[in-house]
Amino acid sequence: MTEPLLALHGLQKRFGGLAVTHDVSLDVMPGEIHAIIGPNGAGKTTLINEISGVLPVDAGRILFDGQDITRLPLHRRARLGLARSFQITSIIPDFTALENTALAVQAGDGSSFRFFRPTGTEARLNAAALAALDSVGLAHRAATPAGAMSHGEKRQLELAIALATQPRLLLLDEPLAGAGPEETERLVALLRSFRGRYTIVLVEHDMQAVFALADRISVLVYGRLIATGSPDAIRQNAEVRAAYLGEDDLPLAGAPC
Amino acid sequence: MRAMGRELPALLLLGGLAAAPFIGFGEGYMLTLLARMMILAMAAVSLSFIVAGAGLVSLGHAAMLGFGAYAVVILDDLQVVDALFVLPAAILAAAGFALLTGAVAIRTSGVNFIMITLAFGQMAFFTASSLSGYGGDDGYTLYARTEVNGARLLDDRLVFHFVCLGALVFTWLLCRMLLASRFGRVLRAVRGNPMRAQALGFSPYPYRLTAYVIAGALGGAAGFLFANATEFVAPAYISWQRSGELLFMVILGGLSGLHGALLGAIGFVLLEEWLSHQWEHWRILFGVLLILAVLFLPGGLSGIPAQVGRMLRRD
Repeated sequence: MTEPLLALHGLQKRFGGLAVTHDVSLDVMPGEIHAIIGPNGAGKTTLINEISGVLPVDAGRILFDGQDITRLPLHRRARLGLARSFQITSIIPDFTALENTALAVQAGDGSSFRFFRPTGTEARLNAAALAALDSVGLAHRAATPAGAMSHGEKRQLELAIALATQPRLLLLDEPLAGAGPEETERLVALLRSFRGRYTIVLVEHDMQAVFALADRISVLVYGRLIATGSPDAIRQNAEVRAAYLGEDDLPLAGAPC
Repeated sequence: MRAMGRELPALLLLGGLAAAPFIGFGEGYMLTLLARMMILAMAAVSLSFIVAGAGLVSLGHAAMLGFGAYAVVILDDLQVVDALFVLPAAILAAAGFALLTGAVAIRTSGVNFIMITLAFGQMAFFTASSLSGYGGDDGYTLYARTEVNGARLLDDRLVFHFVCLGALVFTWLLCRMLLASRFGRVLRAVRGNPMRAQALGFSPYPYRLTAYVIAGALGGAAGFLFANATEFVAPAYISWQRSGELLFMVILGGLSGLHGALLGAIGFVLLEEWLSHQWEHWRILFGVLLILAVLFLPGGLSGIPAQVGRMLRRD
């Protein structure tokens, strides 16, 4: 039996009287796309923040490849190979697309206490950055300042930045948020091309996309995991149906695209 | 190439400063003014390195000059007057102060950082005021300018002019190189989006502290030159007003690049000099002009060409 790449054991987090993460335990296996779904306010982004190190947990343990990372700060976890995208696009607006991505390559390329050589001449960094941009279809926009890009392009850039760190685990927080229908289609095709190459934890509201992409799905309701299983098993699960009662966006009945 | 174009006004100014002594600005009074201008520009460029480059808005940069200048004073009193010792001492004193105070200040950000650097600057000011052995509030007059390997090289006005110009150019090129390097890219990324930089694995603290110490060291070198330019050092050099002036030069010049600080410092000193000869109460007018500059020149002096370009295109 293979070891999980990411294992959460009994995570707890309270904001005042509100339990936003309540005894969450979860295994993410190498190579799988593991989606986390749940109604608004279920604590999905909080969970991503806990895994990536933006928020400390009150109790429980987070193991990454067998190593306890519960108390490591964000930047240390990133160096171990956890890359994340943000629900609200998090790029560096006055950097070009290439420089945003090259910074991510630089993060995995030894010390950044190098003072003399201009980064513009660092062919190795720039080639790897361009390759990451190309893999999300943004190579032609390399010289564009990130702040001047369209919303969809920024989402693609966010993915390119995550890929450029050569991550072992991708934490994607609503990569489709705010994208139009055409952009969504392009991004879903892109994420599908990641299958098997990357281990991904995916938080997403677009149920069509989730059921099309995920190998396994976990359902979070009011901070509590109520089910984990294959898309089919989740679709049949009575508790999940109850939690989503009245919401139209879970394609419980029909087969997904 | 576009970067070259934006830096052209600064390059022309440096060329003008190099030519100045030979085109009718070579008499004593003018050279004193030019030296003051170049030394303040050097301090402003080093401040701009951390303000525009790293997002560290310091209101205590004059203290770095103060440490450099007081290193000259204290060594002068001990009759150590050779630049081979005095200059490294001035740089190390300021860098050491930057390291100690930066280690605390950089744990904060935004307004808190401004207030902490201001507080440390005022501590340096009051310490200098209480140094009665070095003149206290009244200041200290040097016996002579610092020697260079035993030679009284800096006494020659023309040599001193070019030493100041060389120091200014060196500071500009050094900071420019640093900002273009991997190190500088991390600094600029942390300024643009600290969360993103951390999510990529960069801890902002060591990068920011290193930048702060480098800026402090350059400020110390400027302080060394300042003490030699006036052959006199007083606590007023360290006051928060001086820090505010330096910050104003940076903002007046524009934050789009280091060349802005160069333009800002030179513009500031020229305006101050000219106005003070026009009218007794010139400071009132000076304040109004500075306010107008901030209101109507969002890109600062260095942003004027782009601003004019935009206005012409609109018509």
